[in-house]
Amino acid sequence: MIRNPRDIQRYNASERANHWIVGICFILLALSGLAFFHPAFFPLTQLFGSPTWARILHPYIGVVMAFFFLIMALRFARLNFIHKQDIEWLKRVGEMVNGDDHNMPEQGKYNGGQKVLFWGLVIGMLLITVSGVLMWRSWVAVPVGVVRAASVVHAGAAVFMIGLIIMHVYAAIWTRGTIRAMLYGTVTRAWAKQHHRVWYRQITGDKR
Amino acid sequence: MTNTWSDIKNADVVLIMGGNAAEAHPCGFKWVIEAKKLNKAKLVVVDPRFTRSAAVADYYAPIRTGTDIAFLGGVINYLLTNDKIQHEYVKAYTDFTFLVDERFAFENGLYSGYNADKRAYDDRSSWQYQRGEDGYVVTDPTMQDPRCVYQLLKKHYSRYTPDVVSNICGTPEDQFLKVCEYIASTSGTDRVMTIMYALGWTQHSQGSQIIRTGAMVQLLLGNIGVKGGGMNALRGHSNIQGLTDLGLMTNLLPGYMTLPGERETDYGAYIARRAPKPMRPNQMSYWQNYEKFHVSLMKSWYGKAATAENNWCFDWLPKLDKPHDILQVFEDMYNGKLNGYFCQGFNPLAAFPNKSKLNVALAKLKYLVIMDPLATETSEFWKNYGDLNNVDTASIQTTVFRLPTTCFAEESGSLVNSARWLQWHWKGAEPPGEAKPDTEIMGSLHLHLRELYEKEGGTFPDPILNLDWPYKRPHEPSSEELAMEFNGKALVDLVDPADPTKIIRKAGEQLDGFAQLRADGSTACGCWIYAGCWTQAGNQMARRDNADPYGDGQTQKWAWAWPANRRILYNRASADPSGKPWDSRRRLVWWNGKQWGGDDVPDFAPASAPEVGMGPFIMNPEGIARFFARDMMAEGPFPEHYEPTETPIGVNPMNDNPAAVYNPAARIFKGDLPNFGTSAEFPYAATTYRLTEHFHYWTKHVNINAVLQPEQFVEIGEGLAHEKGIANGDRVQVSSKRGYIRAVALVTKRIRALKVNGQTVHQVGIPIHWGFMGQAKAGYIANTLAPFVGDANTQTPESKSFLVNIEKV
Amino acid sequence: MALQSLDIKRRSATTTPSPQVRQTLEVAKLIDVSACIGCKACQAACMEWNDIRDEVGTNVGVYDNPSDLTANQWTVMRFNEVETADGGLEWLIRKDGCMHCEDPGCLKACPAPGAIIQYSNGIVDFHEEHCIGCGYCITGCPFNVPRISKKDGKAYKCTLCSDRVAVGQAPACAKVCPTGAIQFGSKEKMKEYAETRITDLKERGFDNAGLYDPAGVGGTHVMYVLHHADQPGLYNGLPKDPAISPMVSVWKGVTKPLAMAALGAAALGSLFHYVMKGPNEVSKELEDEMEREDERLRAQEKEDVK
Repeated sequence: MIRNPRDIQRYNASERANHWIVGICFILLALSGLAFFHPAFFPLTQLFGSPTWARILHPYIGVVMAFFFLIMALRFARLNFIHKQDIEWLKRVGEMVNGDDHNMPEQGKYNGGQKVLFWGLVIGMLLITVSGVLMWRSWVAVPVGVVRAASVVHAGAAVFMIGLIIMHVYAAIWTRGTIRAMLYGTVTRAWAKQHHRVWYRQITGDKR
Repeated sequence: MTNTWSDIKNADVVLIMGGNAAEAHPCGFKWVIEAKKLNKAKLVVVDPRFTRSAAVADYYAPIRTGTDIAFLGGVINYLLTNDKIQHEYVKAYTDFTFLVDERFAFENGLYSGYNADKRAYDDRSSWQYQRGEDGYVVTDPTMQDPRCVYQLLKKHYSRYTPDVVSNICGTPEDQFLKVCEYIASTSGTDRVMTIMYALGWTQHSQGSQIIRTGAMVQLLLGNIGVKGGGMNALRGHSNIQGLTDLGLMTNLLPGYMTLPGERETDYGAYIARRAPKPMRPNQMSYWQNYEKFHVSLMKSWYGKAATAENNWCFDWLPKLDKPHDILQVFEDMYNGKLNGYFCQGFNPLAAFPNKSKLNVALAKLKYLVIMDPLATETSEFWKNYGDLNNVDTASIQTTVFRLPTTCFAEESGSLVNSARWLQWHWKGAEPPGEAKPDTEIMGSLHLHLRELYEKEGGTFPDPILNLDWPYKRPHEPSSEELAMEFNGKALVDLVDPADPTKIIRKAGEQLDGFAQLRADGSTACGCWIYAGCWTQAGNQMARRDNADPYGDGQTQKWAWAWPANRRILYNRASADPSGKPWDSRRRLVWWNGKQWGGDDVPDFAPASAPEVGMGPFIMNPEGIARFFARDMMAEGPFPEHYEPTETPIGVNPMNDNPAAVYNPAARIFKGDLPNFGTSAEFPYAATTYRLTEHFHYWTKHVNINAVLQPEQFVEIGEGLAHEKGIANGDRVQVSSKRGYIRAVALVTKRIRALKVNGQTVHQVGIPIHWGFMGQAKAGYIANTLAPFVGDANTQTPESKSFLVNIEKV
Repeated sequence: MALQSLDIKRRSATTTPSPQVRQTLEVAKLIDVSACIGCKACQAACMEWNDIRDEVGTNVGVYDNPSDLTANQWTVMRFNEVETADGGLEWLIRKDGCMHCEDPGCLKACPAPGAIIQYSNGIVDFHEEHCIGCGYCITGCPFNVPRISKKDGKAYKCTLCSDRVAVGQAPACAKVCPTGAIQFGSKEKMKEYAETRITDLKERGFDNAGLYDPAGVGGTHVMYVLHHADQPGLYNGLPKDPAISPMVSVWKGVTKPLAMAALGAAALGSLFHYVMKGPNEVSKELEDEMEREDERLRAQEKEDVK
């Protein structure tokens, strides 16, 4: 079933599984969270069996996501350190969005945008997890002032993260040939060379 | 109560002392709030603790427990020295002008006639008035004679100066004087004070005298017999008034008639002693009708067997050797002189003092019968509940019979409230399990006994065999039948004495009131003061018309009040000697030129013109109210301050007589003397009380009450807590010479240390409601701590003042 | 708790008007703290009428029992000992419970449609069958009143006996209060009555006596007559100027639609970006290069095999 043995492995099976656990959790959390956030989305709670089930499950799913996100973040943190060429890339992101990547600086495994996304999500996860725990009345009792502040932070962090994930998902869709990296792990050499040339060279030893 | 609950709204000043109406009588307390709202009344609270009554008071003053006579004596002194008395009232309606026997004396804490060996005044002959040749009391209308009651009173209470009061009571002088000012503000005819008291005055070795002192204050102010005034005893049970009315004391017969003493074997002398001749001209001395009430009672009990020939069965009445009050009975039980004991609606192990003595006493019984709706502590006295009831079950041979009875809601009948209202109530539920009404149990028991006497004879079967038992279901007399019997009926056609052709009541008809009772055996009446409660017109107690035509809360058509549906006793005193109301805004009864009438049923001869000079206190042979109690009080005619039997200061600052430190006539058994503690060992003054969330030892069996006040606690001031290193919520042990209890410490600002006789006295507050039975958290019986001492007159235990120590555990 | 349906002023998490053709009188409960004796008859009546029972608890050194509001105890007497400037003492006893705010923070915070309802008579009622147990009502309440039941995870509080009021009865607590410290009627009448009490208190020397009907929450349908209206904090921390917390307003206020709009814009923006700019594909040049390389390598492999 290997389409091309010379395709490059971008994610191994463990990484992919990790990502999708986090991803599924995120979707479930977003759906249930949005339901509590705005009446327009309240019917989404039915996806969880009932509104009360949505309320009960939401924080537990959150714990699962926080755990796997932590592992994933530790796995990928080193690769997401921001370097000079990332700054350069970010400066030129407008051209990229416009569909012209000819002048973009060469990128490693992750480009500047992806790295910003990564750190954005790390910060978001930190905020949403801590605030979520503080709001979790079944297990945690803190002064109501703290709960109120946590509620605001939780909602803010959630909106922020959903925004990032919309970008993340769109970027994956927009950049053709990307999604397969997270589905079966490989990308074409052409994809790698086009979008992550430094990384491509590292992998293939190709000096061109 | 001399007055009535709803009448409290007419007061200008409400003094709550020796009670805590807001907590113990929250429903009746509404009338205090009404007085405040409608009448701008001021509420003054004097209490060892800042209570929930104090929380809504206009003024609060602290007092050391058991020193109320000193406080009120000081008030009397204040009123007399500042001329804050109602002159015309005291002169006309009290014994102020009466001259007292020359031999009567008071010296260093003791009155004349004291027998130190017997610890009693066995010669009270000097405690009398001077009598003239006409047999009447000699008076001095100028009140200048040093032997007149006014002068003696003034002299006696001149010793109770504000600094003396403050020194004894611990009430700061300025606070005492402030209370005096409030009280004195009602000395005119246009303002009235009511006094509300309860067991905080009763449960002392000198309790009756405390209450008398309060009454004296009210008399000085002219506040007795008027709307919004009076001495208002707030009874502790819904029907404890009914209990005393019906004579459930060992020396009483129904209607406050009394049993003969063992030397009273002559019927005529027995009656004569109880039917005193008037002591002043033209006085009524209503007890002269005693024989009518007595004969009617005997006819009610013994029917045809009671005849003039057998002196209406006088010989069948027990003749008392001494009072057999509860303290005496338990003393006898403790000494092995009692075989069996019936506890009917009574939980002595919790309610009476010195639990460990009671435990020993009960264990000496052969049998104990408990009639109660609840599983009481007394019914389980033999069972070991660890520290809470540490007894050796195996060594106790008492057989306990537990007979479950119905609760008030499971039977019809009447309850008599503090205001003497007989209020009928209807059965609301079937009793659970095998519970039976008390009347059914007693009825069946009587029939069994009677059968045994019939079959086997016996030493003295007559009173049992001849007891009239006319009930339709003999084993189960109904409440209705009993109520009708208490009211009384004509046994023959009753003829109007004024017009022999007229028949007032036909044979068998219910009577209208006690005025129709006869001493010739033609009427029967089970309790003369209840005559009128169930007339030929029906059950008056069931009336529920709360119309208040005069707007003064007398509501004459609501239920029925004894005597004669009268709501305010001595109400003749609301009018001046000429029969005109003292205060036109406060009219109650008055003379209209022909007869007495008004908002209330006159407590007076309806047609006696004011000029005749009949006094308003018609039950007294004097016709007036007494400051000088003659020989009627065990410890003297004028109340005097004595320390509680267990005193935190060891001396009585009013005298230096070792025999007069505490009440020289108090009810004390020799064997209990070693059980009294001293302040060296037990330095703190303790007092017990009720909380609003509970009723005695009953409601701890009720879930809701248990939720609202779940766990036993004691209250101590911040000063004492600091001294003893006790923090709020700590567990502490409170011990007296008689035992200990353990509870949560509630540290409060509401109990403050008092400066008494040069030392600091801390007080410890002990709510009573816990025990080892029920739904609330199990706790210790508070009366473990209280001393086995009784009031000299009523034998009520001194549960309100004793000594304890307290330690953190 | 009551199931009225035509007089609903406001409904939680509902963005369209609720049925409200039936107009009822605006009611209020007035608690005259100066006439309250702390007898807890109101607590008992509340337990009985609503058939709720708390545990038999413990004594923690105060008269307050149960020591706090719970899902089974919708009202609690709070006892506070306060020393006065002249060395005297006051024992201030306040009946605590839901204030039935005109602008209820609980309702504002509640995410479950119809779990919290405000009737036109002003009563704020929880409908527990719609409650999801999130506790946002607690977060929203300026008076710390709602409690989550450990038994069913739903939020509970005083209903102002909405079921009784709906049929013309006073709340159970008002009915049993022996001293008339709890009055119930139209809000207007209650304010009039409060005036007479305040006048009386001022005559008794409480110069700062006043009505507690805080404007910060639009007024309340449970009001207090306080001897010290200038210091409500003396009454077990009754807030002086209660209002829905700004945090809650931020959380549940305009930010909600704004955030939704932002997320919507992000999603739509992405879609339109794709439509307008097209996908970001690998360039044909690179693909061909790799194709050629593949072919070259495949040929080399064949030779190697030979």
